[in-house]
Amino acid sequence: MSVTFHLPSVLAAHVGDTRTIKADGATVGVAIDHLVSRFPQLAPRLRDAHGAPYPFVTFYLNDEDVRLVGGFDAMVSDGDEVTIVPAVAGG
Amino acid sequence: MTATLDPGAMSHDRSLPNLSREELLRYSRHLLLPEVGLDGQRKLKAARVLLVGAGGLGSPAAIYLAAAGIGTLGIVDFDVVDITNLHRQILHGTGDVGRSKLASAISRLREVNPHVTVEPHETRLTSANALEIIRQYDVVVDGTDNFQTRYLVNDACILTSRPNVYGSIFRFDGQVSVFCTPHGPCYRCVYREPPPPGLVPSCAEGGVLGILPGIVGTLQATEALKLVLGIGEPLIGRLNLVDALGARLRTVRIRRDPTCPACGTRELQQLIDYDAFCGVADVSDEAPMLEITPRELAARLARADDVVLIDVREPYENAIARIHGARLVPLGAFADAIPSLDRQRDIVIHCRSGARSATAVRQLQAAGFTRVWNVVGGILRWADDVDPTVAKY
Repeated sequence: MSVTFHLPSVLAAHVGDTRTIKADGATVGVAIDHLVSRFPQLAPRLRDAHGAPYPFVTFYLNDEDVRLVGGFDAMVSDGDEVTIVPAVAGG
Repeated sequence: MTATLDPGAMSHDRSLPNLSREELLRYSRHLLLPEVGLDGQRKLKAARVLLVGAGGLGSPAAIYLAAAGIGTLGIVDFDVVDITNLHRQILHGTGDVGRSKLASAISRLREVNPHVTVEPHETRLTSANALEIIRQYDVVVDGTDNFQTRYLVNDACILTSRPNVYGSIFRFDGQVSVFCTPHGPCYRCVYREPPPPGLVPSCAEGGVLGILPGIVGTLQATEALKLVLGIGEPLIGRLNLVDALGARLRTVRIRRDPTCPACGTRELQQLIDYDAFCGVADVSDEAPMLEITPRELAARLARADDVVLIDVREPYENAIARIHGARLVPLGAFADAIPSLDRQRDIVIHCRSGARSATAVRQLQAAGFTRVWNVVGGILRWADDVDPTVAKY
């Protein structure tokens, strides 16, 4: 399954300054595995050393909070979109 | 037309304040909207909205809410206008540099709309005063610039049952939502805990597009207005993501988390120590940090002492101003660079003001380094005390 990730500008710098990038996987977690295998510096910014989600980085699968649809184990389909939204505090 | 706008003739709610003839004229384009109308405008006049922060987000929110006729605007801020604020904080002008932000805001808002009462709260919002201040208002607009105050505002809004019109920005991205309503989620439902200090740079460190708070703060003002008027679909259970570079607005769904300690289980019954919660407290308990002033550093460099000088700012900051001989290792990549550092040598770390370099010093201390110094005041103080040709930004 090919999934499109949408990244904020703070993370785009770690994937070659692009804000939209595709990755493959049957679940959100596997697609993230694929993404970070290509951009290892992204890994610690998306999840902890054990692969668990951080409480300050949220993922939305087709605009639905991934925590409510199975977390990183949520199944994905071709063309699905995952939006990554880290906490920011600027004002 | 004037006769039909007589409040007594049009309004059914006698508890709302009346509008003067000047106000009727001033708000005439609102009065023509069936969704606002005379009673709506009177609701706006009766409303009390609190802006936490008179900075990037608070500026456009305050100006538009004042222009729209919100009767009472409370503003919490303790800061002074700095020239680096002016590219985005449109409440303040060049002549206000050095003035308190509240004094500047009051002058500007009086000019925008003399019918608005501005209530200044010249203080830092803390666990000790947040409930007392927030309780005085109907709606809160969160325009703060740090995680501690964001969690404080959220929790105080839950405890006082006040809606929290949230906005946040960084670089080219913004977030907007309405939290803390009777059935909707709160900030903790989305972000249960803040990132550890140093992981997410502040706007002072990472930069922000000056126009972005204009977009996000105006969206917050719109939501505050809708809440007061009781019209439209408030941004409850939805998080709007503003992408200024892509010119896209994305809406994701968020929900109340039944396990949320603030609005779910309600186990959070009082405000907490937010510095500790966000990991920025108890530095006094940590190992002492060696510090070096820019003048002392300049003397060591002039003597050709064996010093490894590291700049932990971003490359674009280094392009603006740098100290000759410094090795650039942005803080985000610092942990990866630690194995390449020689712990036998004296390591001196600087950034823009001394905050990020302190984080890097702590990382080295945690890795067992002992001969590590933080440059007090960063390159800004270097420019003041050592080399005035170095640009300040």
